[in-house]
Amino acid sequence: MNKNLGWKLTVIVAILLVFLFGIFGVPKDWSGKGMIAAITDRIHLGLDLRGGTHLILQVQVNDAVNVDSDNAIARLKEDMRTRKINYADITKPDPVNHPDMIVIKGVTPDQSADFKNIVADRLPDYSANSGTENSFTVAMKGQNLADLKNRAVAQAIETIRNRIDALGVSEPVIQEHGLGQYQILVQLPGVDDPGRVKEIMQSTAMLEIKQSLGGPYASEQAALQEKGGVLPPDAVLMQGKSIGSRNGESGEEWFLISRASAVTGRDLRTADPTTDENGQPAVRFILTSEGGRKFYTFTSAHVGDNLAVVLDNRVQEVAVIKEAIRDTGTINGRFTQQATQDLSMTLRSGALPAGIKYLEERTVGPSLGADSIRSGVRAAMVGMLAVLIFMLVYYRWAGVNADIALILNLVILLGFMGYFGAVLTLPGIAGVILTVGMGVDSNVLIFERIREELRNGKTPPSAVDQGFSHAWITIVDTHVTTIVSAAILFLFGTGPVKGFATTLVFGLAANLFTAVFVSRVIFDWVLSRKQRGEALSI
Amino acid sequence: MEFFRNTNIDFLGKKWYFLVFSLVFSVAGLLSMAFWHGIPLGVDFRGGTLVYVKYAHTPDPSAIHDEIERAGLKNARVQRYGQVGNNEVLIALDIQETSEQALDNGKTKIIQALETRAVGGKQDLNNSSSLGIKKWLVEKDPLHVGSSPEANNRYTAAAQSVVDYRDKNKGGVLSSVDDLNGAADPAVVGSLKENYFTSDFGIRNVEIVGPQVGQQLRKQAVLATLYSLLGMLIYLALRFEWIYGVAAVLTVFHDTLITVGAFSLLNWEISLTVIAAILTLIGYSNNDTIVVFDRIRENIKLLRRDSLADIVNRSINQTLSRTILTAGLTFLTVLALFLFGGEVLHGFSFALVIGILIGTYSSIAIAAPILVAYQQWRGEKGKAPLAMPLRPGTGLKPKAKEKVKA
Repeated sequence: MNKNLGWKLTVIVAILLVFLFGIFGVPKDWSGKGMIAAITDRIHLGLDLRGGTHLILQVQVNDAVNVDSDNAIARLKEDMRTRKINYADITKPDPVNHPDMIVIKGVTPDQSADFKNIVADRLPDYSANSGTENSFTVAMKGQNLADLKNRAVAQAIETIRNRIDALGVSEPVIQEHGLGQYQILVQLPGVDDPGRVKEIMQSTAMLEIKQSLGGPYASEQAALQEKGGVLPPDAVLMQGKSIGSRNGESGEEWFLISRASAVTGRDLRTADPTTDENGQPAVRFILTSEGGRKFYTFTSAHVGDNLAVVLDNRVQEVAVIKEAIRDTGTINGRFTQQATQDLSMTLRSGALPAGIKYLEERTVGPSLGADSIRSGVRAAMVGMLAVLIFMLVYYRWAGVNADIALILNLVILLGFMGYFGAVLTLPGIAGVILTVGMGVDSNVLIFERIREELRNGKTPPSAVDQGFSHAWITIVDTHVTTIVSAAILFLFGTGPVKGFATTLVFGLAANLFTAVFVSRVIFDWVLSRKQRGEALSI
Repeated sequence: MEFFRNTNIDFLGKKWYFLVFSLVFSVAGLLSMAFWHGIPLGVDFRGGTLVYVKYAHTPDPSAIHDEIERAGLKNARVQRYGQVGNNEVLIALDIQETSEQALDNGKTKIIQALETRAVGGKQDLNNSSSLGIKKWLVEKDPLHVGSSPEANNRYTAAAQSVVDYRDKNKGGVLSSVDDLNGAADPAVVGSLKENYFTSDFGIRNVEIVGPQVGQQLRKQAVLATLYSLLGMLIYLALRFEWIYGVAAVLTVFHDTLITVGAFSLLNWEISLTVIAAILTLIGYSNNDTIVVFDRIRENIKLLRRDSLADIVNRSINQTLSRTILTAGLTFLTVLALFLFGGEVLHGFSFALVIGILIGTYSSIAIAAPILVAYQQWRGEKGKAPLAMPLRPGTGLKPKAKEKVKA
């Protein structure tokens, strides 16, 4: 018996030490401040306690699909020209709801097999279905479409992470937000200026180099007029600051720009701030080898034509292609020094593959966070103390037992959080307090049962034995059901609520150990020191 | 010390009182939900903009409301928030003002409208971030350290210390830039003076929820609650007998209804954390119910000749001491939260305060009578009364230990 007890005590002390390490690690200095620093080093505070910005944004995946289908159209046209397939019209009838759908009209029946071959060979992601009057509907295959959309989200996450990293935010969370479609969760502790963050994130810097088919025009109407009221289907009008405004005068001009891009930001290897031949700040970029090859093919075919550098759907610059260009170029435009640095950074970090839309924004100022910690900790202290004192008064020596179990429960709970890198939120502190309240329930359950057995005339050792074995069944049932609801909270909850569920689950798990095992060991120890028949203080 | 010893209260005999009590509160809550306040949803579920502002002086909500109205924001709600001495107000905008195209439009407009002390060309130090302040300092270089990476770090630290001083020592609002004297390098303070003024308020907290997210969260909250109930029903049906599961779920539903009803009656908003509290209370109330059920199951094995009503009464009495003690202790901790936990946790702890009272009451007054009522109903239909072997095979086998006890 005694040997057994010693072994159990060793287990308890070992666990205590393991979890104390979980909370504090090895503190650098043992003063109060050093200890607090050691705790916050291991247990991370949530945004609501340390202040920060929480954003949920949605990737407009249809943008990425539109880019893909625009390029598909360009390829189809090129291939149909080289294989001499005639067609009347090629359009995207519904770019908003079906951005991947392309309709080609007027393919003669004898060439339709050829056409299908082109789609099968050159556009493996797409499939062609013949429709009425010699028309074809080319649309993306379901799986490929889903892949493209998911890739857009993954790429957006990567890009945003790169940009946030450049801001130097510590411990940012940037991940897919599983609750809605194509949503991203961004949490930035310590950043209370969402404006600046959004600026950096949203500076989409979607770089495209396209052919300029006409312009500049003074206005949209002027451009339409010149084209006889109808734009070529493969071109769009884009706005840009007038080239002549370099010396201060501002004006807007319109250009007719091809839909398809020669190269895009994805083909970029790097970008750096530099100065152009006039000593003005500019950005120099280098393309990847694949991008360089594409660009070379394009520029060699279009020597003498105009090239437009389009950034976020605004024309930055239009220049004549003097000779074939392989992989280097500069972007000029009336930039400040700071702007070229920002632009290079965003270009380097990669372009967002699609636009983003903000769905939710929460900012917690650090002063509020500090207040919340203060009141949360105070409430926890008061609640805990009240419970500890009550147990002592009501159960006397057994109360000491319960109090030790409770404190150990708290140590294990916090230790767990330290090991798992769990985040402590304000509702999480509430979870800790609630754990104290509910954790004491197991002790009450056991003690009441022991008292009952004692009243029924059992000897102390047998009363303790019966009390624990009867209460055990109930404790398992109550813990399992509460863990079920906490687990559901964890699965469905976001941010702070998740923090609450985490502490509750850890707390309950710890409680199973402390209230049943630790408490029992202490009882056994007390009983082993008593004379046979001596009363139990409970 | 002992509060309850060998109580022998006929709880089942009072079931009609309990029924009336529960009905009054449920129906009052339901009526309020249907005809009076509805279910007051917080910004998490409804969507909208909330801006928490701390003032340097006692704020005047109606004046603030006028300023915001003048800025073109209709239907803004302005109310005092938290303790009086804290000088805080909460400004709420409806979802209409929270367009998804520019989610923080409303916030920006509010801040502009409140900047009554604005000085042309200068920025508000009380509502500037450390990033913005650092940018200014790097540009002006008041410490003449150049533009090396070390200089950059130095200004980052300087900006951070200014912001920390404002937020931690001055509660978020500086009364003038000169407040910083002594807390920051004089050259830095001098440089800040050129570009900054101080307004009489600071933004403490902003919550902006677009309509899409609001809808998403609403769906989630309902699903989470339903799954939670379902999980319990299944577990209890497996561990006990299906009627126990049904009784427990009905009980918990009763608790949830009354708690939500209380929020509706008081017109307090239900936020995400309140839902967390309600789910906790589901767990807690169930806890209580299971303790009684466990005892009933145990007593059925021991006292096979007694009627179910007697067994239930006896079980409730036997566990009464534990029920009241646990409820009291949990209540104590939750009360500490309610009183000291600060404004942010008010709704949360309120839900728990109500929930623990109701949850404790219901495990005695609702769950157990349902079991008895079910058995009586079976008896009237001519089926064999449930002496609760409930589960053939498992219920009747006395365990070895019980034999010793008998």
